[in-house]
Amino acid sequence: MLTRIGAADGTPISFSFDGQPIAAVDGDSVAAALLKAGQRVLRASTVSGAPRGPFCMMGVCFECLIEVDGVTNRQACMVRASSGMVVRRQDNTAGALIA
Amino acid sequence: MTHYDVAVVGAGPAGMSAAIESARWGFSTVLFDEQAAPGGQIYRAVEHASPQMLGVLGDDYASGKSLVAEFRDSGAVYLPGATVWNIGSELQINFSRLGTSSEVSAGSLIVASGAVERPTPMPGWTLPGVVTAGACQILLKAHGLIDDNVIFIGSGPLLWLISSQMIVAGRKPTAIVETVPLARYGVALRKLSLDLTAIKYLRKGAAMMWAAKRAGVPIYRDAREIAIEGTGRAEAVSFHANGQYHRLEASLFALHQGVVPNQQITRLLQCEHEWNQHQRCFVPVLDSYGEESVSNVFVVGDGAGIGGAKVAALQGRRAAKRIAQRAGEEVGTELADLQTRLSREMTIRPFLETLYAPSAAVVAPADTTTVCRCEEMTAGQIRQAVDIGVPGPNQVKSLLRSGMGPCQGRMCGLAVAEIIAQRQGGSPCGADYYRIRPPLKPLPLSELASFNGASTDSSQVQGAPSHD
Repeated sequence: MLTRIGAADGTPISFSFDGQPIAAVDGDSVAAALLKAGQRVLRASTVSGAPRGPFCMMGVCFECLIEVDGVTNRQACMVRASSGMVVRRQDNTAGALIA
Repeated sequence: MTHYDVAVVGAGPAGMSAAIESARWGFSTVLFDEQAAPGGQIYRAVEHASPQMLGVLGDDYASGKSLVAEFRDSGAVYLPGATVWNIGSELQINFSRLGTSSEVSAGSLIVASGAVERPTPMPGWTLPGVVTAGACQILLKAHGLIDDNVIFIGSGPLLWLISSQMIVAGRKPTAIVETVPLARYGVALRKLSLDLTAIKYLRKGAAMMWAAKRAGVPIYRDAREIAIEGTGRAEAVSFHANGQYHRLEASLFALHQGVVPNQQITRLLQCEHEWNQHQRCFVPVLDSYGEESVSNVFVVGDGAGIGGAKVAALQGRRAAKRIAQRAGEEVGTELADLQTRLSREMTIRPFLETLYAPSAAVVAPADTTTVCRCEEMTAGQIRQAVDIGVPGPNQVKSLLRSGMGPCQGRMCGLAVAEIIAQRQGGSPCGADYYRIRPPLKPLPLSELASFNGASTDSSQVQGAPSHD
């Protein structure tokens, strides 16, 4: 479980993840906020549909691709979370794209 | 189109130092960085770090604060949140910022895009709950987040650094599983040339290891046959150490096998690269001032070969001074002084590179291990391709799609080059590397469609706040 050290002096914010409210602190990336909330799985892999989650947290691995406010394939570790954001898991499997 | 004398990519110690020095010589200077605040990964979020956080992260991290302040005051135009996605042969730079793409041109380019973690293919490394050690440090630096049940696995100074930082924060890691073969210590010691700088680095390293021991963190040395296990998410790591089989459960598993240059920009520019067997990675071929085979392109910091934060800062200064010298400025002994300081900072590297060379298992993964995470290609599939005569990474890419997914080869490129070379019985210096093409990062088609190259509205650039 991830816990925050020191005083959480940031402004509390909230966004939704697959319809569920996620409490975060202003300045959190979407990926950090989701990991903090215990959400480890952000997408299904393209070929086998295996679950994937944040890996590098610095914009390199593209494992944390996610839908933010209707835009797909955003890097959750590079997007700053903001109040009211609508975030959804995406299914990138080849089958899902064709369907 | 806005023109700058000098454009810098990356706001870590190398990029910030280059921009400071460039602005000091009176060059119009722009710095592009993907993050929201300066510092790079090493000094990430240092600007507004609390005294408590500075205490946890240590003096080397805290020293970044003054560099960031100097950069803020340098007069260089700073564009945070900017992703450079193409650089043309005339140094036209295309970048995406706030959902819009723009173009500027530059007289000289200083690439300071740093390092990425070496790919660490092993069984189970794609499971959710497996991250890099660097990711743990980013969570800590940028968000103050620490997992209370994390196991660090691999090799390199970063494992000991993040562990010691967690211990200071009162949350020690669950275990450290190190892959360094015990025989390596003797070999590495013979590469050690002891001078004051090397002793300083050794002291820091010993203190970090001692901190883990004193805190009672279970440390497993010379671990082999490592696998992350779990269904749907990582649940345990299994390995052999001290002649015994171990299986440890945790909630987060952090892998590390050192860092390697981020090659995306230098490959895009078709700069010459060579295989560095000591660092076990490709590095750009540079002259003694950090200039590429492509003229007016300099590479500084870890992207030029791994040297760490202090070396990066010195290289950044050196490149900008070289540009000044070339423009007819009198730089006196400044360049020579920098060269002396640089060679002093580098004396520890042969020791570190030998001791922390990547484990045999990650450079030669088992046939069933996934190497390309995006397209889910295994080491065995790559070997089979070589066996039917596929000559190099680009042909493997055409055949198997490895390197063609969203990460554009960042996570598998080195591993694929190594696997191909081994199978062919050579070293990767003979093998090629993925050809890197624009856009360097995926862009929405709508953004590309509304991008109009050279006639870009320059307000995107000129109006950019340098203090935001």
